[in-house]
Amino acid sequence: MTIQETQEEVVEEFALFGDWMEKYEHIIQMAKELPLIEEKYKTEDNIIKGCQSQVWLHAAMKNNNIEFTADSDAIITKGLVSMVVRVLSDHTPKEILEAELFFVEAIGLNQHLSVTRSNGLVSMIKQMKMYALAMQAVAKKN
Amino acid sequence: MLAPGIGSCLPDDRFKQTPLFKHMTTQLITKEHSIDIAKTRDDFPLLATSVYGKPLVYLDNAATTQKPQQVINAITDYYTRLNSNVHRGVHFLSQAATDAFEASRKKLADFINAQHDHEVIFTRGTTEAINLVAHSYGKRFIKEGDSIIISALEHHSNIVPWQLLCEEKRAVLKVIPVNDKGELMMEEFKALLDDRVKLVAVSYISNSLGTINPVRDIIALAHEKNIPVLLDAAQAVHHIAVDVQELDVDFLAFSGHKMYGPTGIGILYGKEKWLNEMPPYQGGGEMIKQVTFEKTTFNELPFKFEAGTPNIEGAICIGAAVDYILAVGLENIRFHENDLLSYVTENLATIDGIQFIGKADEKAGVVSFLLNGVHPYDVGVILDQLGIAVRTGHHCCQPLMDFFEIPGTIRASLAMYNTREEMDQLVAGVKKAAAMLR
Repeated sequence: MTIQETQEEVVEEFALFGDWMEKYEHIIQMAKELPLIEEKYKTEDNIIKGCQSQVWLHAAMKNNNIEFTADSDAIITKGLVSMVVRVLSDHTPKEILEAELFFVEAIGLNQHLSVTRSNGLVSMIKQMKMYALAMQAVAKKN
Repeated sequence: MLAPGIGSCLPDDRFKQTPLFKHMTTQLITKEHSIDIAKTRDDFPLLATSVYGKPLVYLDNAATTQKPQQVINAITDYYTRLNSNVHRGVHFLSQAATDAFEASRKKLADFINAQHDHEVIFTRGTTEAINLVAHSYGKRFIKEGDSIIISALEHHSNIVPWQLLCEEKRAVLKVIPVNDKGELMMEEFKALLDDRVKLVAVSYISNSLGTINPVRDIIALAHEKNIPVLLDAAQAVHHIAVDVQELDVDFLAFSGHKMYGPTGIGILYGKEKWLNEMPPYQGGGEMIKQVTFEKTTFNELPFKFEAGTPNIEGAICIGAAVDYILAVGLENIRFHENDLLSYVTENLATIDGIQFIGKADEKAGVVSFLLNGVHPYDVGVILDQLGIAVRTGHHCCQPLMDFFEIPGTIRASLAMYNTREEMDQLVAGVKKAAAMLR
């Protein structure tokens, strides 16, 4: 599935939910599906500091794709992280760099992406793109 | 009202000065200590707003307070009727604006019972007031090897300016430790007081825990060694009566926006003996007497510390905020908020797995808590969806959160317009969050 298709799938899932409570319950559920970062990778280098909730992110190349694993200490952030990883993971650096993440806004959770939101989500998305950029540069060199 | 035999030994007015009388009168439940809550809420237009289709329950007052229409009107009134630059002009409007500006300064001086109006300096806020003292008092009085004492529960605005000063002057920053209840450890404080200490800077009321610090004891102990004291009163002046002469405090700082006034304005109170000895903070117009390229002489107090065109509308309107607070009555506000604080604490305590952070015997305005096994940020998000505005995180007190080994807390902070119904909603919201997140 392309990144676009995965996003559409996520949006469709959320369309089933009537009120915010159901949405958040689903996000909390998604938190459990996040491919967890290995403990050994939970280092200072891999921490993305939000003001309040922290996110750990690890990226590894698998064939030509980037595979992300992550974790967060706040469950709602973890759920959102889980969705972003689901959308972006297992794609080429190029695809990740070109991806436009519309699904967060489409499911009505745009406030979690705002600058004032002190979770690590925004920084994490930036970091994922940085990884893609770096891996692309490495691939070009080789 | 007085216990038989106790009051009769002293003349009435002297008895009223005693701590016993003050204790008795604040503990008594009388009809006089009440707020007409419906009328008060009507005064604050923003309280009628809805968020996500739900009525706003605003419990983030330690971050900033809402404004009564009277204060909002004063802002509009200034720009409609009075707007003109102050202290300089020769025309009617400039005089009218100056009169209003200086009348407000007098109101603020009376509000905190400063001896002289010129001991009240208008700043941008508490942070700027503290930076002013760190800069100017620091420049004149702090040398290498000197030390400054702060406490472990300070807001960053009462930590970082001193860190910057100590770094620059190679002075030492010493910290009064706090116990598990969130109270300052006074024995340790005494041990920190030596001849090299040149200033003690502490908050009056903790923004994250609500602890009321024993400031009279702190001031008395510091003054025994001729050490001046600065109080960060940002969380105090709208909850309790603050009398700088009674406290004998050397510097006091607070913000307009935390006391139902506008943002961008604050007060630094300083005893004139200190302010007169301190060099200026910022240079520019207003704070000068005479300027030549060879030498410039500085204006007298308060203008020496008020460079440039001030936040005129802010200064006038913080006076309007004082008027409003006095009209409602600080004792009434204190009584009302204490009632809410006890009520909400009692009810939150019934929630399984709740943990209170900050259990000092003396508290005001704030309840900080955690739910076991749940990140405070998550609770904040759920409460937000319910229309309940609280603050989660470290509340600009990272060292304090590190001490408690927590990422932050959920903080509900009170103002005169909050109600018992809102406390009920908060408790229900926290229960709902607990159900969803655990």
